[in-house]
Amino acid sequence: MTVHDTKLSRRTMLKGGAGLVLGAYVARADKLFAQAAAKPSVNIAPNTFLIIKPDNTVTVLCKGIEFGQGPFTGMATLVAEELDADWAQMRADHAPSNPQLYKNLAFGMQGTGGSTAIANSYIQMRQVGAAARQMLVAAAADAWQVPAGEITVDNGVIKHASGHEGRFGEFADKAMAMPVPADPKLKDPSQFRLIGKEGVVKRLDSADKTNGKAFYTLDINEPDMLTVVVARSPKFGGKVASFDATAAKAVAGVVDVKQVSNGVAVYAKGFWPAKMGRDALKITWDDSKAEKRGSAELLQQFRGLSKTAGKLVKAEGKFEESMAKGGRVIEVEYVFPYLAHAAMEPLNAYLKWDGDTAYARYGCQFPTPDHMAISKVLGLPIEKVKIDVLLAGGSFGRRAQQSTHQAIELAEVAKAIGPGKPVKLVWTREDDMRGGYYRPYCIHRMRGTVRDGKIEAWSDTIVSQSIMKGSFFESMMFKDGLDPTSYEGSNEIPYDVENFRCDMHQVDVGVPVLWWRSVGHTHTGYVVEAFVDELLEAAGKDPIEGRLALLSKKPRHAGALKAVAELADWKNYKVPAGRARGVAVVESFNTFVAQVVELSMTDDGPKVHKVWCAVDCGVAVNPDIIRAQMEGGIGFGLGHILYAEQTLDAGAPVSGNFDTYRSLRINEMPEIEVVIVKSTEKPSGVGEPGVPPLGPAVANALAKLGVGRPRQLPIVPGASA
Amino acid sequence: MAAFTLKINGQARQVDLDPNTPLLWAIRDGAGLTGTKYGCGVAQCGACTVYVDGQTVRSCSMPVSAIGTSEITTIEGLDSKEAKAVQAAWVALDVPQCGYCQSGQVMSATALLSINPTPTDNDIDLAMNGNICRCATYVRIRAAIHGAAKSLEG
Repeated sequence: MTVHDTKLSRRTMLKGGAGLVLGAYVARADKLFAQAAAKPSVNIAPNTFLIIKPDNTVTVLCKGIEFGQGPFTGMATLVAEELDADWAQMRADHAPSNPQLYKNLAFGMQGTGGSTAIANSYIQMRQVGAAARQMLVAAAADAWQVPAGEITVDNGVIKHASGHEGRFGEFADKAMAMPVPADPKLKDPSQFRLIGKEGVVKRLDSADKTNGKAFYTLDINEPDMLTVVVARSPKFGGKVASFDATAAKAVAGVVDVKQVSNGVAVYAKGFWPAKMGRDALKITWDDSKAEKRGSAELLQQFRGLSKTAGKLVKAEGKFEESMAKGGRVIEVEYVFPYLAHAAMEPLNAYLKWDGDTAYARYGCQFPTPDHMAISKVLGLPIEKVKIDVLLAGGSFGRRAQQSTHQAIELAEVAKAIGPGKPVKLVWTREDDMRGGYYRPYCIHRMRGTVRDGKIEAWSDTIVSQSIMKGSFFESMMFKDGLDPTSYEGSNEIPYDVENFRCDMHQVDVGVPVLWWRSVGHTHTGYVVEAFVDELLEAAGKDPIEGRLALLSKKPRHAGALKAVAELADWKNYKVPAGRARGVAVVESFNTFVAQVVELSMTDDGPKVHKVWCAVDCGVAVNPDIIRAQMEGGIGFGLGHILYAEQTLDAGAPVSGNFDTYRSLRINEMPEIEVVIVKSTEKPSGVGEPGVPPLGPAVANALAKLGVGRPRQLPIVPGASA
Repeated sequence: MAAFTLKINGQARQVDLDPNTPLLWAIRDGAGLTGTKYGCGVAQCGACTVYVDGQTVRSCSMPVSAIGTSEITTIEGLDSKEAKAVQAAWVALDVPQCGYCQSGQVMSATALLSINPTPTDNDIDLAMNGNICRCATYVRIRAAIHGAAKSLEG
């Protein structure tokens, strides 16, 4: 290359029109899928993660899905930090399905979950940025014929003291063809100018999510596309015995009706005729293998089991002996309902299959298993299937499907009508809410004793369905035949209690269940924190001082608790008349969150006025997104513990929409104050950990108010259905 | 099926639909404007909020045959000074998370400021409690409405 003048090389930047797409490599992702073994375990190749265009925009391809929790902005922050880019030039998009290039390093497959996005990418994506910087500098050094070591990069501008100056777009082509440095040097945290800084990084997706331009799966509208809705069994496990589609096919706009393994699919020109067609179907269901128990029967069975010892998860000291010594013995039962995720955008997915290749587009949270499922149903080699991930209107766990049920249904509806007919599978709100994959129904029976102001014994007997049983996770994750996501948080309490046991009954119910924002911690966090509060009350201890005295081996729990005590001025604050405060601290996904809640009672149940929140998530990469996730987690947690449950009537889920599955609304949202605990620990996630402490903090405040700790959720009975 | 001419964002759009088709699907599948979202279909969540002759309407629950010659405004057609202030405040505070409900939130917030330039928290509760946000971005929605109101003062 020739040596340029001292001005920014605009001509060079602008030439090339459509843009120099360094991520062209990505177009060949299908082949790479098959070359899995040949690839290094941690991919840091800039040309697989970055698209640097002649206009100098840098688009970061995000391994995980963006559904609000902020990975677009997070990944771009990590790259931009080491690349020394100007934040204004950063963009983000989803990486396509390719497990070798884009696997979640915490899972070994491509997928989003467990609040791992930042945790698993913190080093990797910084290395991508650092490698790209080094390669761009080398390309500039070559072009300018100066030593690379004399070149600086600042805010997206590459400079040399001789007067040479350029931007990334100009050197991108040459840079990305260079070998990738094996171990690119990362900044010392003292040099950070984006990571952890306030006000310099704004979300990349806010504008499009404010003007209607953000593109979701429901917005796909391709030529010749058919919208498909499926009639599924009202009871889980029911099958189609017979159906009559005469009236459905007579609906204007309905194109065809086909049976698939899960029900009957109606294909139409647009959503409304598809739904009208489905309403006109006459289906007889075979319920011989369906779950037919109602909520009351489940409660009776679970309650009975909880009074017997389950399979031992963990024991320390001598629990029964300690209990036999007496003191203040407390035994309480906590009952948790099935909960739907009810993300704003119900499930949906698009697939174009021509007989030889398949191209899926949707808010896919687990690309690797979905990719395999679509390949299998359509009988195509893996490399003939492509999945592009789109923005999703929330998930809260619902799109992370180890059963791949939606991908299977998507491929089946495409296969049933034949090749060359693109399909958009749409679930209605009712389909989504009555479609199962709920947070499991469960019971905890807590027993403990307090003697001489000290908690001497603690026991937790859990009765729950397993989330992972029967899925590909079972063989990897089960411990001694039990699902750890049912007891996580209950088996290892942070408090020093000498005599401890945790046991579990793992029960089979024919209702499909799934992880729900913070998984086991949604209920284990509740019982541990409500129970310790109750025992401390019996011991005559202050809820915060009492906890701190038992957290000798848990400095980060203690740190979060101290931080929230300071934020809420726990000691000196004067609680207004008719109100009370409660506290809880829960570790989930390696993040520690403590919350103080202030509430009063109204005719419509508890009114939460304010929540103070302290979060320790290690190095805070995007402080404002961390705050936003705490705010959202608090609102999500609050709405469900107050109002939400999915009940079963003879096996059939009752609530179908927000009129009976009550969601938190703006008038019920408390004021929130968040403090981020300063930390140099490895960064951990924030998508889920804001949820677990909220419920028990509310319960403990209600106890303080004198109305008792709610033992059965939701707190406001009859709010749903 | 029947042919309807809808006036959407100042443009005439021909759609051929069953008369009972909700306005939402006439806008999305008929006119191809996808900023207006489907969330519940029963006027519970507000994701489908549009204006019909300037009034906020849950488009999922109004049949296309009831529109007649009324003027429809969707998120794509918002251009009032209140709308611009609301959208700028939304971006300034990074209100959206998943974003799916936010078209409806912006439509409702803009309508509020158009009739009440200085809303109290109670006014905001009354105007916005028909719009569900499952991400619970409500703290920032409230702050952004106050912020937009303030920016309109000057």
